[in-house]
Amino acid sequence: MELLAEILITASLVISGIFGFVGSYGLLKLPDPMTRLHAPTKATTLGVGGVLIASMLYFIVLGDGLSFHELLITLFLFLTAPITANFIAKTQLHRNVPMDDLPKTGTGRPWATYESDEARAEAEANRNP
Amino acid sequence: MSPAFLAHDEKGRTMKRGATMFRKILPHPWLTLLLVVVWQMMMNSISLGNLVLGLILGLAIPIITAPYWPNRPRLANLPMIIEYTLIVLWDIVVANVVVAMTVMFKRNRDMKPAWVAIPLDIRTPEAITVLAGTITMTPGTVSSDVSACGRSLLVHCLDAPDPNAVRDEIKERYERRLKEIFE
Repeated sequence: MELLAEILITASLVISGIFGFVGSYGLLKLPDPMTRLHAPTKATTLGVGGVLIASMLYFIVLGDGLSFHELLITLFLFLTAPITANFIAKTQLHRNVPMDDLPKTGTGRPWATYESDEARAEAEANRNP
Repeated sequence: MSPAFLAHDEKGRTMKRGATMFRKILPHPWLTLLLVVVWQMMMNSISLGNLVLGLILGLAIPIITAPYWPNRPRLANLPMIIEYTLIVLWDIVVANVVVAMTVMFKRNRDMKPAWVAIPLDIRTPEAITVLAGTITMTPGTVSSDVSACGRSLLVHCLDAPDPNAVRDEIKERYERRLKEIFE
């Protein structure tokens, strides 16, 4: 039982190490900021996920009982990581990507990053007369 | 979870129609439950003291933050929420492997990064937020922007030879389920 647990824990750690490595390698290898943004999403999902699974297994089998902190870390990561990525993407759009490079919204109004304050005020005024 | 607390919640469901008093004390019963559970997890032990402190937080925070939740949607479809969670977790694992292969073995010039506009059928801000978060957390796609009117989502794909397929998959796999959960 203990041997099996140790094998599982080791496997999770190795898997998370591999994905952490791929994430950092992608950060170096990929050509531009938008594609590089994809690398950390891997590191935060399976990379961190593997360590957390290993930690939970360790405390259940070899430590002193079930530990919930790992689940909370997962929860907080899932809440915060998309927001960081979104902010980085929006900054990148704002500074380096001309609107013509993007597909059309198809709704009559542009992507939120590109709408001027005047256009927004006008659109809001028209929506709520 | 204490049975006393569950009884509270059960009472909430039966009283929801009439009693405004109940709504005043518990404007957001599920948030209260979530806060109590998260507090126990944070303390990593269940004791009476922690439970009381968790309950105090669980009662106070929803009342304080109630103005930030106007027209919040009702989440009634529990089986669908579970199904959605499992699908997303599975997709994260699969997409992780696919993207890792792309990063390691595909040359940069063979990659086809693409912007994809996804027209949205869901209107609830909460549902759109969950969809955008899901898209970002599944490797290979990052949600970057939303149209000014909130009816279209801009997604960046790491390697998408066929952007339309990505759009259709996101709409069919995630958005359809979110629509059933939130609307």
